[in-house]
Amino acid sequence: MSADLFWILVSAMLVNNFTLHLFLGLCPFMGVSAKIATALRMGAANIFVLTITSLVASFLNAYVLPHAPYLRLISFIVVIASLVQIVEMTIKKVSPTLFRELGIYLPLITTNCAILGLAIFQTNRGYGFLEGLAFALGAGLGLTLALVLMASIRERAELADIPALAKGMGLVLIVAGSLSLAFMGFAGLATP
Amino acid sequence: MTGPENATELVRHAPGAHEAGAAILPGRTTTPGYDFLRGVWRENPVLVQMLGLCPALAVTNTVANSLAMGLATFFVLTGSSLLVSTFKNWIPKEVRIASFILIIATFVTIADLTLAAVVPDIHKALGAFIALIVVNCMILGRQEAFASKRPVGRALLDAFGTGFGFIIAMVMMGSIRELLGNGSLLGYSVFGDSFEPWIIMILPPGGFLTLGLILIVFGWWRGRKAAEVPRVRRWPHGVASRRAA
Repeated sequence: MSADLFWILVSAMLVNNFTLHLFLGLCPFMGVSAKIATALRMGAANIFVLTITSLVASFLNAYVLPHAPYLRLISFIVVIASLVQIVEMTIKKVSPTLFRELGIYLPLITTNCAILGLAIFQTNRGYGFLEGLAFALGAGLGLTLALVLMASIRERAELADIPALAKGMGLVLIVAGSLSLAFMGFAGLATP
Repeated sequence: MTGPENATELVRHAPGAHEAGAAILPGRTTTPGYDFLRGVWRENPVLVQMLGLCPALAVTNTVANSLAMGLATFFVLTGSSLLVSTFKNWIPKEVRIASFILIIATFVTIADLTLAAVVPDIHKALGAFIALIVVNCMILGRQEAFASKRPVGRALLDAFGTGFGFIIAMVMMGSIRELLGNGSLLGYSVFGDSFEPWIIMILPPGGFLTLGLILIVFGWWRGRKAAEVPRVRRWPHGVASRRAA
């Protein structure tokens, strides 16, 4: 049982990496990957929201959706959006320091496709409560890993002599392609 | 001949760049044709604004998948723009984003169930990405920036243009990836049996690489076009002196 959970985590983190293999959460990946420090913070915020989303999705799957399956998408998006709002207000009240650290990233995460993607994948694969948690943790760690790798490469690229034509999004996408290629080396390590 | 550095400099200072930026400001009147064409090319959602990247990279490994995704997104965008524009005076300002998302989610559910009933194979290939149309920032962006402020007809034109631009970008990506990765287009073999397919193109890295190369080629093309502008417009002396006076 615990071995299963571990493999779900590794699979979500490395083999089926959310950003580099499933193309989820590309907006932060392109947008806030210029500096390692911000990338780390964004990753932490993502892990946090993904874990909460997984809990809520398990609850909805167990108690609400068996009665009304056609409401799946609508209930997921409404609950996730309101939950992020509540979490944001709570953090602002309880720990203003942490709130300042996370800053704009917390509300931005609501419209991040990785969050809704996690809820949908979890449902499609029939994960229960614990499997869902392992999946969310793996996905969050994978996102953070991809973000930090990308930020490190972009910090180095600042100093490199790159043709002006390739600067900007072109370079980011080509680098992401190479990273994705490298992550394909993990294929076969674990089955989802 | 100008080097690449000069080309980008010219893009930034090109006379047209400022006018293009000013024309999209809200409140400024635009013609119906402009509303339609803007989304198709000049502000293409994927290739210029970099919105809706998740589906553009994830499901474009064949032309058929790209087209199905493009059409589904087109339907959701048009339907949402129509409803949002019709009800814009009834939607309270404070909860407008939540209302937009609910409207979008409703249309996505319709598209999801319809695709599952009509083309089950493609529905299976697209998987969770149909449901993820809800969080396509391009759709929410058009509601917030355009449909919630303009009359129904213009909102529909804008949705048609943006949706069409999205389909163009999707099919462009899908064609390149299927042609190189499988040697075929829409399932019909193009290069014959002797062609060794570039498997990488239909795998995830191929999505990143294809879009990256498309953007670089477009940047080069735009840089060349901008470099021609100063030679064509020889007369700005008169304009400048009139402005100064």
